[in-house]
Amino acid sequence: MSENKKSKKKSRRSFIHQASGAMGVVAVAAAGWPLVDQMNPSKDVEALATIEVDISGLSEGQSKTVLWRGKPLFIKHRSQNEIDEAKSVNIEELPHPENDDERVKNPKYLVLIGVCTHLGCVPASDKGDFKGWFCPCHGSHYDTSGRIRKGPAPTNLEIPPYTFKDNNTILIG
Amino acid sequence: MSTAKKNTKGIINWIDYRLPVVSFLKHSAVDYPTPRNLNYWWNFGSLAGFFLLVQIITGVILSMHYTAHVDHAFDSIEHIMRNVNHGWLIRYIHMNGASFFFIVVYIHIFRGLYYGSYKAPRELLWWLGIIILLLMMATAFMGYVLPWGQMSFWGATVITNLFSAIPLIGDNITQWLWGGYSVDNPTLSRFYTLHFLLPFLIVGVVVLHIVALHTHGSNNPLGIDRKGPQDSIPFHPFYTIKDLFGLSFALTIFFAVVFFAPDFLGHPDNYIPADPLKTPAHIVPEWYFLPFYAILRAIPDKLGGVIAMFSAIFVLFLLPWLDTSKVRSATFRPVYKILFWIFLIDAIVLGWVGSKPAEGIYIIISRIATLYYFLHFLILLPLLGKFEKNRPLPESIGKPVLAE
Repeated sequence: MSENKKSKKKSRRSFIHQASGAMGVVAVAAAGWPLVDQMNPSKDVEALATIEVDISGLSEGQSKTVLWRGKPLFIKHRSQNEIDEAKSVNIEELPHPENDDERVKNPKYLVLIGVCTHLGCVPASDKGDFKGWFCPCHGSHYDTSGRIRKGPAPTNLEIPPYTFKDNNTILIG
Repeated sequence: MSTAKKNTKGIINWIDYRLPVVSFLKHSAVDYPTPRNLNYWWNFGSLAGFFLLVQIITGVILSMHYTAHVDHAFDSIEHIMRNVNHGWLIRYIHMNGASFFFIVVYIHIFRGLYYGSYKAPRELLWWLGIIILLLMMATAFMGYVLPWGQMSFWGATVITNLFSAIPLIGDNITQWLWGGYSVDNPTLSRFYTLHFLLPFLIVGVVVLHIVALHTHGSNNPLGIDRKGPQDSIPFHPFYTIKDLFGLSFALTIFFAVVFFAPDFLGHPDNYIPADPLKTPAHIVPEWYFLPFYAILRAIPDKLGGVIAMFSAIFVLFLLPWLDTSKVRSATFRPVYKILFWIFLIDAIVLGWVGSKPAEGIYIIISRIATLYYFLHFLILLPLLGKFEKNRPLPESIGKPVLAE
């Protein structure tokens, strides 16, 4: 047998080895995926990921806390003063510049995830230097739009996805 | 290990010189000299190891979603089946994996019986195997209790009540097992703990089983010792490929059951939540316990039945000495070969009769089959070694192949 033929045979064999090795990797990955995916949120957890909140009883100045996906959610019925204050800020000066308009669907109702963006504590309502929220853990101050103004938190309080189903009901999630 | 090369080139050699994992694997799973004539019945040891691994992996995952409490156990199983991502698949693999583990192990045991793998110098290897079987039975029984269905509850009640047959202290022992006056929450809770623990003990005994195996090497279809290196071939690639090929067959059958008949081997009554006030009309254990269940019911005495059932397994410990023949393989034992098949049929008959109600003709059949089971081990095998004329043994494993 010539040298040429021999090396050709060899490369065919190594191709078969590599091809079956690749198939083996694909098979193990496919078999392994269910074992990994089982730790993701299960169907019953996903089913509770959307809630409806009735805001008919919420008068001006009042706020309400509800539990959504295991986290507190603040719904604040803002007074005209608070809205004006939130709008009058020069956003150039903010650590995380966002207009109040971008943060609300209806300026009267502010909906926030009540988790401090620093390390996950729950800020207290109507406290702090900017009359919004104040986180007792490490002293972050948020204003009436839930924006960070002072303290170690890097970003504004998060806004969850929501829509107004009608005038009195918010659908969150 | 002294065989580790002092070669310092490369990371693998650097590690191996300090911790000889690579040379250990090379010694025991790559170069390991194996008889050249092993047939497919020798696949079942590695298959059993595979199914043990599958059971441990799926079992650990199920434990993340299961709740061991009488009020929540049944619902948490349904939660796994309906809500958890791929939960149905993982549970069906675990459920049927138990059955396949037993199928594979029973074939492995009958392989040992046919080829005389329990004879000197492999007596302790055989003993370790029986200990694995006993641990498997305890694990499987307690695992079947966890879903807390009707069969779980009444199976647990019947099996734990076996211990009440022990004279004088029987009742104290059952109460100790239950943690109360009946099968209840404390029982479920401890069964869950033990069901989690025992598989790891099985892994430990499997390691000893393999150490004992590798001391004198595998038996082989001819049942004669290897005379020299010409009788052996390295484990890799010859038997790794043969084992993988056999595994692909086993997995095809396994997944056919998992996907198309996942409840075929189970009992529908176990999808009814446990009710301590109502026993199902016809209560049977899982199929792998049926032969022993038949022996239990064949004896018309409570204590006698329990003793007979346990003896059916413990007699296997004595087998290396009950079988007095020096010849291992049934290939060269014309009479034993016949007795082996009769015994296999007897075991299947016991399994079949164990699934039937304990009445009429079934009782008679179970008594005859039980009697024969013990006759085989205690009378026939010891006598056979004295009177049987074996066929001439070949000189070596390689001879008949290499000579012609």
